[in-house]
Amino acid sequence: MNEQRVLIVGATSAIAEATARRFAARGHSLYLLARNGERLESLAADLRVRGAARVFHAPFEANDLDAQEALLARVDSELGGIDQVLVAHGTLGDQKACEASVEATLQELNTNALSVIALLTRLANRFEAQRHGCIAVIGSVAGDRGRQSNYVYGTAKGALAIFLQGLRNRLAKSHVQVLTIKPGFVDTPMTAAFPKGPLWASPEKIAADIERAIERKRNVLYTPFFWWPIMAVIKSVPEMIFKRLSL
Amino acid sequence: MPIQGWGRYPSVDARIDLPLTVSALAGQVAGGDGLIARGMGRSYGDSALAPHILGTRALSHLLAFDETRGLLRCAAGTTLAELLAVFVPRGWFLPVTPGTKFVTLGGAIASDVHGKNHHLDGCFSAFVESLVLVLGDGSRVACSRHERPELFHATCGGMGLTGVIVEAELRLRRVESAYIHQTTYKAANLEEALALFEAHHGTTYSVAWIDCLASGASLGRSLLMIGEHARDRQLVLSAGRPLSVPVDSPALLLNRYTMQAFNSLYYNRVRTAESRQRVSYDSFFYPLDGIHQWNRLYGRQGFLQYQFVVPKAAGLDGLRSILARIAESRRGSFLAVLKAFGPANANLLSFPVEGYTLALDFKRERGLFELLDELDERVLEQGGRLYLTKDARMSEATFKRSYPLWERLQAVREQYHARGTFTSLQARRLGLE
Repeated sequence: MNEQRVLIVGATSAIAEATARRFAARGHSLYLLARNGERLESLAADLRVRGAARVFHAPFEANDLDAQEALLARVDSELGGIDQVLVAHGTLGDQKACEASVEATLQELNTNALSVIALLTRLANRFEAQRHGCIAVIGSVAGDRGRQSNYVYGTAKGALAIFLQGLRNRLAKSHVQVLTIKPGFVDTPMTAAFPKGPLWASPEKIAADIERAIERKRNVLYTPFFWWPIMAVIKSVPEMIFKRLSL
Repeated sequence: MPIQGWGRYPSVDARIDLPLTVSALAGQVAGGDGLIARGMGRSYGDSALAPHILGTRALSHLLAFDETRGLLRCAAGTTLAELLAVFVPRGWFLPVTPGTKFVTLGGAIASDVHGKNHHLDGCFSAFVESLVLVLGDGSRVACSRHERPELFHATCGGMGLTGVIVEAELRLRRVESAYIHQTTYKAANLEEALALFEAHHGTTYSVAWIDCLASGASLGRSLLMIGEHARDRQLVLSAGRPLSVPVDSPALLLNRYTMQAFNSLYYNRVRTAESRQRVSYDSFFYPLDGIHQWNRLYGRQGFLQYQFVVPKAAGLDGLRSILARIAESRRGSFLAVLKAFGPANANLLSFPVEGYTLALDFKRERGLFELLDELDERVLEQGGRLYLTKDARMSEATFKRSYPLWERLQAVREQYHARGTFTSLQARRLGLE
C-alpha cells in the first residue's frame, strides 16, 4: 500500500492507538484528534518513532458539532487530503445512571451516535467527491440487539450501524469503502473495572483485524471473529423468549 | 479485587488504577498512601502488591529515538516485548534482558534485572542513561548518574519504593541478526559446570540449566548454553503461535517423579559433549514466554521461586553445600538456572554480586518454608543473598544482614517524600516502612 493519509478521531482510545501503531509501521501520515491533550501529544511522539511519515494532532470535543467543519478544513490543509478515516471516540456510559437520568441518556446518545453521524455527514460528501478512500467506524456487538444491561450504549451503536449501512449503499458507486467494526469485549482502560474471561480480546488483536478488513475492502467486521456466530444466535432468539432472559 | 504476583502467592485485596497520563498518575500519588507501582505483575512474590496499586501499562509510548546512538526515550509502562517488536527489525536489541520479555521498562529498572550477559555487561541499569520519577508529593523529577545520583542509585533496583518510574532513557545494542549462535555443553557435575563458565567468560551470553534433583557424584549436572548474536542480516523472525496453559494444573501433576523424569530426559536429550545450533532470540532468551501463563502449571497453591547468589570467594564448596541440601530435600523443580555474575554495581539494593547465582522453583506445599529458612541460613553463611524480585517470604533480619545499604535507601526515601506513600507487602515484611 502507498502512503495513506489517515484521520483518526478519538485517537487515544485503546483500539485507535493500537490501529494507529500499525498504520505508523507502514509509514502512513496520520492526523490525530482526541480530547486528552497530554496523552495525544505523547501518542504523536510514539507514532513518529514507529515510522509514521507525518503526524499531526489537534484537540477534539465530540459534542462540539459546530467546530467540526473548521476542524476538517484544518485537517485537509495540513494533511493535504484524507484517504482513510477511523472514527473511534465514544464512552461506555453507566446503564444504571442512564436509567435514572434523561440527561445522562441523551449525553450517551450524543457522544456515541449523533456526534459521529454529524462528522460522517461532513466526511461523506468529501469522500463521495474524491471517489476513493475508506471510512471505518467503531461500532459494537452491543448495537446488534437491545439488552437490559447496556441498551442505551447499544441504541447509539445500533443507530450508527444503520446509518453506516445507508452510507455504504450510497457511496458504493463512488468506490468508497464503509467499514462497520463490531468489537466484542476488549481489554482497555475503558473496561478496566470489568472481570475478564476467555471472550476478552486485546486492542492489538482488534487492530490487526481492522487493518486486514480495510485491506480486503470488507463491509462489516465482527472482531474477534467468534462474535459473528454468537451474535447470529443472539439476534435469532424470538423476542418472546429474549425479553425474559437476563442479559 | 484479589491481586497476586507471578508465583500466585501471596494475594492482596487491592484497588487498581490504570492512569492514562503522567499527570493523572501524579494526582493519584499525591492524594494516596500505601501504594506501589505495578507493570506486568511478573515479579514473583509480594514486591508489587499493596492495598492501592498504580498500574503503569497504559503509559506505553515510545517518546524519541536517536538512531545514531541507539538512545531510546520511552514511557515506563512499555514492555520489553513491545520494544523488541519495534527495534529488532531495525537492527537494535535490548542491552540486557531477563528471562521473560513480558516485563515493563519500569519494572526492569525497579528490579535492576540481569541477563545472560551479566558477567560482561552488568545489570539493566548500566544502560539506563536517565529516568523520570513521580515522587511521593506528586512532583516529577529526573535523575541520572550525574543529576541526583543518590536518587538514581536508590531507584535502580529499589523495588518501586522511591517513587513511580514513568519514563527512562535506554541505550540499545546494535545487532545484525535476530538469531543467536548457541553452543550447548554438557557438564557431569557442579565442578565441571563452574569450569565451563570460567572457560567461556569471554562469550557474550552464558547460562546453565541445572538438574537440582541429581545428587552424589552427579550433584550439579547441567547443560551450559552460551550464545553470540549471529551476523547474517536476518532481522525478522518467522512468527510462531504462543501456547497457553488455559487452566490450573492439578497440583499432583508436578511431583518429584515427573520432575525427575523430565530432568533426566532433558539432560540426556543432548547426546554429545558439545552441540551447536542457530536459534531465534525468542527461543534463546525467552523459552518460557512461548507458553503463556506457565505459572498455572504449579496449581492453585502457587509456587515460590528461590534465587540466591554466593560470592566467588565461597566458590564451589559454598554452592555445593546449598545444592546438596536442595537435592536432599527432593523438592527442587525442573526450572533451575545457574549463572555466573560479574562485579556488583553502585545501586543500593541491586541483587548481583560477583559470584554464582542459582534460581529454582518450589511448589508451595507443607514444609517448604522451613526448608527455605534453612537455605537462607546457608546462603547468609556464605556471604550471599536473595533476589528481592523473586522473594515472597524472607525475614527482615535476613534482608538487613545481606543488604547492608538498606539504611541509605531509607534516608533517600525520607529525603524524597517516599516514606508513608510508597510501600508494598514486601517492604512491610522487610522493615522498609
